Amino acid sequence: MKQSKKQNLLFLLLFPLMLLAACTSSTVANQDITERLSQSSAPIVNWGVKADTNLFGLYNIEKGEIEGFDIDIAKALTEEITGDAENAEFIEVTSKTRIPLIKNGNIDAIIATMTISEERMKQVNFSDVYFAAGQSLLVPNDSTIQSVEDLDTDTTVLAVKGSTSAQNIREHAPETNVLELENYSEAFTALQSGQGDAVTTDNAILLGIIADNPGYRLAGAPFTDEPYGIAINHGQENFLDAVNEALDTIIENGTYAEIFSKWFPEEEVPDLD
Amino acid sequence: MIEILTNYGDILLEGFINTLIASLIALVISLIIGTLLGIFQVSTNRLLAGLANFYVQLFLNIPLLIIVLFFYVVFPMLFVGVNGFTAGIIGLTIYTSAFIAETVRAGILGVPKGQMEAGLSTGLTYSETMRYIILPQAIKIVIPPLGNQFINLVKNSSVLAMVAGLDLMYYGDLIASETFNTFDTYIIVALFYLIITLPLTYTMQYVERRLAAND
Repeated sequence: MKQSKKQNLLFLLLFPLMLLAACTSSTVANQDITERLSQSSAPIVNWGVKADTNLFGLYNIEKGEIEGFDIDIAKALTEEITGDAENAEFIEVTSKTRIPLIKNGNIDAIIATMTISEERMKQVNFSDVYFAAGQSLLVPNDSTIQSVEDLDTDTTVLAVKGSTSAQNIREHAPETNVLELENYSEAFTALQSGQGDAVTTDNAILLGIIADNPGYRLAGAPFTDEPYGIAINHGQENFLDAVNEALDTIIENGTYAEIFSKWFPEEEVPDLD
Repeated sequence: MIEILTNYGDILLEGFINTLIASLIALVISLIIGTLLGIFQVSTNRLLAGLANFYVQLFLNIPLLIIVLFFYVVFPMLFVGVNGFTAGIIGLTIYTSAFIAETVRAGILGVPKGQMEAGLSTGLTYSETMRYIILPQAIKIVIPPLGNQFINLVKNSSVLAMVAGLDLMYYGDLIASETFNTFDTYIIVALFYLIITLPLTYTMQYVERRLAAND
C-alpha cells in the first residue's frame, strides 16, 4: 500500500515533465527547417558532428572548437543555404546519440562519418554522397602494391581481429595471407616493423593514421562501397533538397575540392557523380 | 559445439600443433638456460652470480606480454625480422628460463649446507661436489615445482595470440569473433590445452614417484 502511494506520487510529479518533454520535442521536430531558416533573422543550422574523429571532426583544445572535413563541408553548405557560414552551429554527437538527437529536433542534420545504409534509412533520409568511404589498404610509400589486385600469396595483410574488414579482405583477395591483431595501433605498429605488407580497414581511419605518420599512403581507391551521407529527419524533405542543392553547388564551384585537398592533401579529389 | 569442431576443426588442429611445437621448443631451451642460470646464481664467482641474478630479476619482474611484443615489434626494426610465432617462442623461453633459474637455485639451496662442506673436505673440488653430490639431491627437490613451471609455460603460450602467432588461442579468438559463439569456442580451446597439460602433469608426478622410490 505504502509502496504504491509512493509510486503514484512519483508519477504525479513526473507526469507534467513528461508531458512537457513530449510537447516540445514533437513541435521542434515537426517544424519545417527550411521555413524556420527563411523566417528567422538569425537562421542557425544545427549540425550534429563528431568531436573525436581525426580529420573529420576533432575537438581542438587550443582553439576551443571542433575542426575537420565534416565541419568545413557543413560550413560551406550553411553558407550556400543561409548566405553566411557563421550560421552553422555544431553539436557534438556520437554514433549512439546522433539518431535520437535528430529525432528530437535538437539537431537539423547529421554530418558525422555516417555510412548510408538501408537499416538507417528507416530512421532518417540521407543526402547525396559527400565522402566516398570504403575499405582500403595502407602501405609504405615505397611499396609496389597499387591496389587490392596486387595482393597474392607472397603478401601479408594486417587486419583487426573480428572486424568486417578482415572478412572483406579474404573475399577480395582470397590468395593473400591475413594476420589479425588486437587493434588498429597494433596492426599499424606491426606494419612498421615489417610483419606485413599492408594494413586494411576503412579509408577514413587509414587517412587519420597517415596524417600522423608521414611515409605511408593509400593503395588505390576503396574496394568496398560504404559512402558517407548527411542524415536528415523524415518529414524534412524541403531541407533535404536544399542540402542536396547546396552540395551540388559546392562540388561544381570547386569549394568541395578545396576542402577535400585541405584535409587530405595527398589524395586525389574523387568524382562524386 | 559440434558445429565449431566440424567447421573449424582444421584450423583448431593447426593451432593446437603450433601451440605444442612452441611449448616444446621453449620448454627444452628454457630448461637448459634456466638450469645453467640457477647454478650460476649460487656460484662463488661474484661476476657470474651477479650477471645471472640480474637476468633472472629482470625477466622475472616484466610481464611476458611486454617481452613478446618487444621481440615482435622492436626487434625487427633494429635487427632481423622475426614473425609472431618465433617472437612468441623467444619471449616464452626468456621469461620461463628466469622462473626455472629461481626454481633450480631454490633446489640447490635446499640441499643441507653440510653436504657441500663434507664434499669439499673429502678433497673434491667445488664443481665436482656440485656435480656428484649437490645436483643429484637438488633434482629431487626441484622436480615438483619444475612441473608447475612447464604447465605454466604451456598456458602462457597463449600470449602468441597477441602477436598473430597462429596458436590455439589466436584461432580461438578468430572463431569466437566470427561465430559469436564465444562460450563454446573457448570451452573447446580450453579442452585442447588440457590435452597438453594433463599428460604433462601425470608425467611429472610419475617422475616424482620414481625418484622418491630411490630414497
